[in-house]
Amino acid sequence: MDAILLQILNGIDKGSAYALIALGLTLVFGTLGVVNFAHGALFMLGAFCAVTLQKFLTLSKITIDPTRLDFLGKPAKIKTPYVEAWFGEAAGQAIINWSVPLAILFAIPVMFLVGVIMERGLIRHFYKRPHADQILVTFGLAIVLQEIIKAIYGANPIQMSAPDELQGVANMGAALGLKLSYPIWRIVYFCFAVVIIGSVFAFLKFTTFGMVVRAGMADRETVGLLGIDIDRRFTFMFGVAAAVAGVAGVMYTPINPPNYHWGMDFLVISFVVVVVGGMGSLGGAVLAGFMLGVLEAFASTTWATTTIPGINQIVIYLVAIIILLTLPRGLLGRKGVMEE
Amino acid sequence: MFTLAKNDKLLLVIVAFFTLLAPIILNPFPTESAMAQFNAGYPDLMQRFVIFGIFAVGFNILFGLTGYLSFGHAAFLGVGSYAAVWMFKLLSYNIVPAMILSVVIAGIFALIMGFICLRRSGIYFSILTLAFAQMSFAIAYSVLSNPSFNLTNGETGLQVYNDDPQYLKGDGPSTTHLFGLEMRETFTLDIGAWAFQFNVGYYICAIFLLVAFYIAIRIFRSPFGLMLKAIKTNQTRLNYTGLNSKPYTLFAFVISGMYAGLAGGLLASMDPLAGAERMQWTASGEVVLMTILGGAGTLVGPILGAGFIKYFENIFSKINDSVLHSWFSLLPDGLENAIVWVLHFFVGKGWHLTLGLLFMLVVIFLPGGLVDGGTRIYNWVRKPRNPEPAEEGAQASTDQ
Amino acid sequence: MGILEVSNVNKNFGGLKALHNVNLDIEEGTIHAIIGPNGAGKSTLLNCFIGKLVPDTGTVNFNGQSLLGIKPHQINQAGVSRVFQTPEIFMDLTVLDNVMISCFAKRDGAFSFNAWASVAQQTDIREKAEKMLEDVNMADKSKMLSGSLSRGDKRRLEMAMCLSQDPKLLLLDEPTAGMARADTNNTIELLADIHEKTKITKVVIEHDMHVVFSLAQKISVLAQGTVIAEDLPENIKGNAKVQEAYLGGAH
Repeated sequence: MDAILLQILNGIDKGSAYALIALGLTLVFGTLGVVNFAHGALFMLGAFCAVTLQKFLTLSKITIDPTRLDFLGKPAKIKTPYVEAWFGEAAGQAIINWSVPLAILFAIPVMFLVGVIMERGLIRHFYKRPHADQILVTFGLAIVLQEIIKAIYGANPIQMSAPDELQGVANMGAALGLKLSYPIWRIVYFCFAVVIIGSVFAFLKFTTFGMVVRAGMADRETVGLLGIDIDRRFTFMFGVAAAVAGVAGVMYTPINPPNYHWGMDFLVISFVVVVVGGMGSLGGAVLAGFMLGVLEAFASTTWATTTIPGINQIVIYLVAIIILLTLPRGLLGRKGVMEE
Repeated sequence: MFTLAKNDKLLLVIVAFFTLLAPIILNPFPTESAMAQFNAGYPDLMQRFVIFGIFAVGFNILFGLTGYLSFGHAAFLGVGSYAAVWMFKLLSYNIVPAMILSVVIAGIFALIMGFICLRRSGIYFSILTLAFAQMSFAIAYSVLSNPSFNLTNGETGLQVYNDDPQYLKGDGPSTTHLFGLEMRETFTLDIGAWAFQFNVGYYICAIFLLVAFYIAIRIFRSPFGLMLKAIKTNQTRLNYTGLNSKPYTLFAFVISGMYAGLAGGLLASMDPLAGAERMQWTASGEVVLMTILGGAGTLVGPILGAGFIKYFENIFSKINDSVLHSWFSLLPDGLENAIVWVLHFFVGKGWHLTLGLLFMLVVIFLPGGLVDGGTRIYNWVRKPRNPEPAEEGAQASTDQ
Repeated sequence: MGILEVSNVNKNFGGLKALHNVNLDIEEGTIHAIIGPNGAGKSTLLNCFIGKLVPDTGTVNFNGQSLLGIKPHQINQAGVSRVFQTPEIFMDLTVLDNVMISCFAKRDGAFSFNAWASVAQQTDIREKAEKMLEDVNMADKSKMLSGSLSRGDKRRLEMAMCLSQDPKLLLLDEPTAGMARADTNNTIELLADIHEKTKITKVVIEHDMHVVFSLAQKISVLAQGTVIAEDLPENIKGNAKVQEAYLGGAH
């Protein structure tokens, strides 16, 4: 019992990331009908927003303290981050400590803007071109984005840490009398994912804007005929999808140190998630994201990997292939969406 | 000869001319000159030109003709390599059984993968092949590499060891060979300041390329090829015309998989090693880049694309900051440093950035690739006299 | 007994009855028109003939063989060809290639791995295709890309592709939709001419009454998913139910 629960918990943090990426991917699929191979790169860019903010916050003023000597016997250089100099030491340290959550505030506008520029500058010109061309040009863009990040930040993963208060391990099962220790930040990540997913759904469900977008997902031409400027709304949706992927990346950095090829790593799996969930189905994407995350966690147990070595690395693909062959529209896919 | 139309015959002759004389043509600069680093006429690089040329020509039969975009073809390349190395381990270093097995195994593998992936079309197909590619990579990397059953030797890669059986080796050479003719054997011809290297391995690869290219021409011009083009244009009409598109696409998929297997087998024959990284989906992405860059759906495009990418990969990786400084040393220092600083991102390790940008530009502005670009230039130059569209063969020489 | 027999076909979309107990009997060698106001279910019915839709109940028999549940290419190989409302042709291929593909499908069946032969040397197919293009007055355009043809020519090409297969039954979905009057008249002439020569059974779905009454030998009127009249053209004009369906559907 404990072991099963633990595996479920182990799965949901990765599952949350899959669900968040797949959600944005599906939004873009459904609204714009575009297959965005650069969506994984947006997740990666989000993560590097956090890295950038941290670098920025820890920019330091160097003062020389003649009263202390360093090991070479010269006057010691003291680094004081500017934030500490400006806001006082305690506030400054708190800001640096909370830099990852703070990066959300930074990443949302930045990633939204990146998304809008991408849609206006590139994707827009590919609506009428074949899917293969969309795949190819976004694939090229994904390469460019990851190489830019590599050129700036290098090829090595960059360690990022959660705020001190949210580090460490919580014993989750105490109330139930079970032994379940689990890193706090992962719980935070899961809650964060639930909030983001919930707000995207609420936004689509309860606002007129969301209703128009949903109608557009169902039948773009008719909505266009109603005289609604669907293009601008779609640009906005692309921005939202980029921002969702971005914040998912920001919050994931303490779980896994980000590096430049995150984009490609997560891309394949998030496509699999979208397809398993059902192309164009937001609920399906979220469901499949969590499901595959948990499945992967179960396949990573020692029992599973000793029975079939390496099963943890292929289980998602196996399941995806089986699901696509038995349920061609995926778990919750609707008829007629993205079918040729 | 070969029952080809006149233009195709010309094209084949041009390609044969350039591949067979490549050791001379690609070595235009004297060995000692500063420009020698731009020479491409050494065996290792030339082998890669033709091997990836074969890979891209095969990929083009699927993507260029039917429009089905596969991200899984690197898997066949990897399978071909593994099959070849196993032949070296079990039988001998003779490449003939290795080549046969790599093509056959890749074909079988492609049949299975195609049968499943081709149940869907469009993006679903691309994503399925993507999933398959990643799965094959993971299988090769870890599943089939464990103490009880080690088929791929995981991270280290599969290679030939001294204690391998090699039942048929006898007194044969201890390096890959074709009935005694060693792949690494190179004849160097010194003419003045030039040194031209004629390598056995390269010529074996070149002959395979020419045969593969000839088969591709036949397929392009056959009724089968016509049906594949029809699939790309309008599958609905094809079905309502009484044709079943499934077996056509499956055959195209298997043929292109066998080409990839051949390329993989040749890679292993030049250097008896096979690693899982050859199977990663980004490696499939590379053959997609080659085909698009050269011109998908054209005969000679994929070969051009493969040569172009492999050449510039090699050249760009060699250029570093000091080379850049020496180029722009005539400029004022500030300007020189600024230019070098900008270019720095695009050369050396930044080659992939250049490639990505180039690829985007081609997809956006020149969907027909280099061949299309060549045709446009040719037409533009010839316009006053000849408004007819040029045939593919005509500008091949300008692009080579 | 007719070449195409449709009996008791029903098709619902959700709660909407698209087809309700449709019975049709198409006689061999005739041009049979199916008319009706918008939304009467004409296209739905046609889609049931070609395997695109499967009716909820009922049977569709062609020469005694059921057409339900079999794939489009099998229906075509059985002898049913279709001309679409918006011409479906191979836009990236030449006009001649388009017709040659049809001829290959007729000669070699649904699949043949003919990868070693050269298209250029298949003289029988080429001659047949060229002859067909002459018949529809398009011989001079055989080298053109079919995507660059005018709409009328695309339609004629599509017809040539269908006719080159000597079908037993030709389905035409609004063959003059969106055409100028002159083009429409040309198409009528072409169809009449073809019918004179080949006597292929044709089912025409049409809006344009001028086309219908110039060509059809028998007319079925579909309204709200049911056949309300089936008669010779001269009798249909005076049929009170038909007038009501058209006038009633107009408001």
